[in-house]
Amino acid sequence: MTAEHGTTAEHLTTAGTLTTAEAAPAAVEVHDVHKWYGAHRVLDGVDLTVRPGEVTVILGPSGSGKSTLLRVINHLEKPERGYVSVNGELIGVRRNGDRLRELSERAILTQRSRIGFVFQNFNLFPHLTVLDNVAAAPVATGKLGKAQALILARQLLGRVGLADKADAYPRQLSGGQQQRVAIARALALRPGLILFDEPTSALDPELVGEVLTVIKDLAKSGTTLVIVTHEIGFAREVADRVVFIDGGRIVEQGPPAEVLDKPRHERTRDFLSRVL
Amino acid sequence: MSEPQGAAVSLAEAPHQPPPTDVPSKQLTPQRVQPLRKPGRWIATAVVLVLVAQAVHGLISNPFYQWDRFGYWFLRPTILDGLLITLEVAAYSAVLGLLGGILLALARLSKSPVLRAVSWTYVWALRSIPLIVVLLFLYNFSALYKTLSVGVPFGPAFFSFDESRLATDMVVAVIGLSLNEAAYAAEVVRGGILSVDQGQHEAATALGLPKGYRFRRIVFPQALRSITPNYVNQLIGLIKSTSLVFYVSLLDLFGTAQTMGATYPGDIVPLLLVVTVWYLILTSVVSVIQFYVERYYARGATRSRPPTPLRKFRTGLRDLRERLRREAAV
Repeated sequence: MTAEHGTTAEHLTTAGTLTTAEAAPAAVEVHDVHKWYGAHRVLDGVDLTVRPGEVTVILGPSGSGKSTLLRVINHLEKPERGYVSVNGELIGVRRNGDRLRELSERAILTQRSRIGFVFQNFNLFPHLTVLDNVAAAPVATGKLGKAQALILARQLLGRVGLADKADAYPRQLSGGQQQRVAIARALALRPGLILFDEPTSALDPELVGEVLTVIKDLAKSGTTLVIVTHEIGFAREVADRVVFIDGGRIVEQGPPAEVLDKPRHERTRDFLSRVL
Repeated sequence: MSEPQGAAVSLAEAPHQPPPTDVPSKQLTPQRVQPLRKPGRWIATAVVLVLVAQAVHGLISNPFYQWDRFGYWFLRPTILDGLLITLEVAAYSAVLGLLGGILLALARLSKSPVLRAVSWTYVWALRSIPLIVVLLFLYNFSALYKTLSVGVPFGPAFFSFDESRLATDMVVAVIGLSLNEAAYAAEVVRGGILSVDQGQHEAATALGLPKGYRFRRIVFPQALRSITPNYVNQLIGLIKSTSLVFYVSLLDLFGTAQTMGATYPGDIVPLLLVVTVWYLILTSVVSVIQFYVERYYARGATRSRPPTPLRKFRTGLRDLRERLRREAAV
């Protein structure tokens, strides 16, 4: 643990988060996580530590387990072995002596409401207006009254540049606009951590930019982000750390300048030569 | 060697050949394309029109239908009383059947194998037994047990039915139809829930929305879009099935007409016409309600809402007028 912290801290001195990171627990800690479907191993012993405020980009070939890793973090998938904690709190389980027990569904939902999740296919609620999509979660989870939630929703829509689309229905918007609404919807719960699962993969090329701009703004605001993406250029620009994953294992990780420009592993070089 | 050379020569010469015929030498000016004439369609239309006219003429002029007797019976108080019973039985059974169907569908989709098995068995049994058998069984059952109570088995009863004869017939009819309706509604509701994209469940779960909220506000409203047309189909079937309650001695619309027909044997045909027209009216009312319910639940599903029939009629009229004006100009 201490050795791992030491090495990560070195990278982070440039980002200037060293002092706070030393005191606070890790924003995300993934410990020896295994996940398999039948005989197929999707995650094969993944360890990952993300510091508060850090932007982590996960790269890897399709089928490498990167989306599954993301879904394990907010417990959309249960790991078969290992555990995940966010801000020092175990996710989906609690410690009982030296065993882990599953939490009640209600408790898991409360934990999830503190973690934003943005899907590849947006998954906006098509029967609700854009405004109601954003305002639904704070009201349903009892965090805000209806009126306050609507005010917050309008603010957030303004932040992603869609204040004028509040009364539209999701299917009346372009893909890029829908994804920006999905980001506003995730922000409505004021999460300290947001997970992005290939947020631009379902978009036409000319719409990718607008979504990446919103994510970049979030990165500057100090929210912890974990992003699965294929946009190498974006990773280079915004990531504090790049994690390359293949065959359900982390092959290598480090600042983008190292992993993207001087990859140490054959498989990383292979992957980068194919996508660049 | 000479062959490829020949091919090369012909390729080189190709541009010098005259262009294909059929293109007028004069430059084509963009103009309206003459639509293809379809005489077969006109002939078929004429034949169908003649047949329809004959049918209408027969319906009006044939003394067999006795339209004057139809007029006599149509709004008779006995008939209207029967209609009221039909409406009552149909309405109670529709609501109870849908509620039962939702519970059965949820049980069928639950993770508990016991709930799934019970739901499956119920649907299997009630879809297999003819409605008339269910009704007659319940009828005899209720004759056997004068009071029917709901409560803990072998324990205290929460409430019990111990009504006068007519109310019991009504209860028997409603229970029988509801039991039957619930089995079909369960499949309609289950299909609707399955038609909602898995991503919707995931997004709602990822936002930490409570389970009840997810079902009531996210999944079910979207499921209703595909439930509505199927359930209305069921509902129309149900309205017509109410005519079976005659066999548990409840005088609904059909039962009244049947009884009156026995008393006035000469009026059987006009009485059947009265019943037919009332069922037509009920089905039409349900269809109109269906249209507006569907339109409501289509919000967000399509880019623009489907137009109402009135608006469709207006735009149709405007298009026709514009087309005639254009034709007149040409």
